[in-house]
Amino acid sequence: MKTALGNLDFADATTLSEALTLLASEPDRVPLAGCTDVYVGLNFGHIEKKRFVNIWSLSELRGISENADFLRIGALTTYTEMIESPIIAKFLPMMRDCARLIGGCQVQNRGTVGGNIANGSPAGDTLPILAVAEAMIIAQSLSGTRKIPFLSFYAGYRKTVLLPGELIVAIEIPKPPGAQWFRKVGTRAANAISKVVIAGLRGETVRLAFGSVGPTVIRARRTEAVLSSGGTIAQARDALAHDIHPIDDLRSTSRYRMQVAENLLSAFWDSTTPNQS
Amino acid sequence: MLFTLNGKITEVSAPSMKRLLDVLREDCGLTGTKEGCGEGECGACTVLVDGLPINSCLVPFGQVQNADVKTIEGLIGHTDLQKAFVSECGAQCGICTPGMILMAAPLVERAQAEGRIPALAEVQETLAGNLCRCTGYVAIYRAIQTACGAKSEQASVISGENG
Ligand SMILES: Cc1cc2nc3c(=O)[nH]c(=O)nc-3n(C[C@@H](O)[C@@H](O)[C@H](O)COP(=O)(O)OP(=O)(O)OC[C@H]3O[C@@H](n4cnc5c(N)ncnc54)[C@H](O)[C@@H]3O)c2cc1C
Ligand code: FES
Ligand code: FES
Repeated sequence: MKTALGNLDFADATTLSEALTLLASEPDRVPLAGCTDVYVGLNFGHIEKKRFVNIWSLSELRGISENADFLRIGALTTYTEMIESPIIAKFLPMMRDCARLIGGCQVQNRGTVGGNIANGSPAGDTLPILAVAEAMIIAQSLSGTRKIPFLSFYAGYRKTVLLPGELIVAIEIPKPPGAQWFRKVGTRAANAISKVVIAGLRGETVRLAFGSVGPTVIRARRTEAVLSSGGTIAQARDALAHDIHPIDDLRSTSRYRMQVAENLLSAFWDSTTPNQS
Repeated sequence: MLFTLNGKITEVSAPSMKRLLDVLREDCGLTGTKEGCGEGECGACTVLVDGLPINSCLVPFGQVQNADVKTIEGLIGHTDLQKAFVSECGAQCGICTPGMILMAAPLVERAQAEGRIPALAEVQETLAGNLCRCTGYVAIYRAIQTACGAKSEQASVISGENG
């Protein structure tokens, strides 16, 4: 059932401190960023919450910058902004590749990276990238700021460790060492919910993360260990069966997802192997 | 609440959580913006906010305070594109058409200025967020390429190499 939207409470915040002050006294308010998840939920009656706070105009949460070691991406940065950013193109091209495949232009102009993270869907396409890049989530509330390693940000299916009153303000990403690779397999390029997503990093060591194959994003540690220590791709494919355990659901079977994940692993390895003919 | 609608500063009193789509259709009487899916998939509800196309079914009215909103009614000077949609049968039921035109207009403008005809892949990428259940798309692609100066019979076969 469609929610009667007119009766819902909308509070407008124009600065970060205004938003944090409001959330401190009314932590049940749901932040509204680009609304590409929230309004899909509301239009389908999946959201019970009645009170919201608009954070879309907080300029403190926007912008992409870099220093010698890190990139910093504001939580409200849209997919379009990441696609157009020279900093992303230079240091995090897998994020640009990912952003280009999210929805159409209309969704890319509104959907934000902070929303993708906070929404916490296991099919969130940016999550495998943040997992291999070992990003830090910068979260802020009225009581202060903390840095949360992305790899411990999810406590379970769609459950984050954010505290009441806390907003994600930015993501800090150490400049990734090595070649980057991102692929997603879905039913249709633009609007598909992914069946399997992979992000890989190949430098001195190998890092791999998969989305849509478990309750949250998964780092494939055993597979990484095989490849980092000179093992063959066949051994790595065997190891992958111990790292991920996809389920059957409406969209695909577990066997299909496993096969796709293995094939993506091989494709990652082939396309990051230098000096191929 | 104040915002700019098709170039005019406009005051509308409507609940902030109401979808921009419904405010445009019900409170402003602009029914050119259509609802297809209500979930961001089809692009029938596309409008421009501060120059960028967005799905108005996913935007709360409160988020366009002081913003510049443009709907299909406010799109002027794209007669080539509109004529081409007619001559190439780019519209059947018409539900997707306003969104298609709003998405295609900047591409056509750019292509005309550069004196080129956009390749099929470029047209498809521009319209990736817009669904049509009537035309099978070919007529839409042909209309857009025709508006950029392609001869009707060449259009829609113009693919990567020539574009
Ligand atoms: C047609 C369509 C196609 C899509 N395709 C894809 C796809 O291919 N891959 C994919 O991964 N996603 C896809 N999505 C979903 C994607 O658009 C969202 O996940 C988006 O990134 C969410 O950002 P938002 O700003 O719109 O979040 P919102 O909808 O505003 O918020 C989402 C959740 O995050 C919370 N939140 C937002 N920002 C913050 C913050 N700074 N701090 C704390 N909490 C916050 C909100 O309260 C809410 O609970 C698609 C959506 C649509 C409509
Ligand atoms: S009605 Fe908004 S995208 Fe379909
Ligand atoms: S003409 Fe009917 S949906 Fe496109």
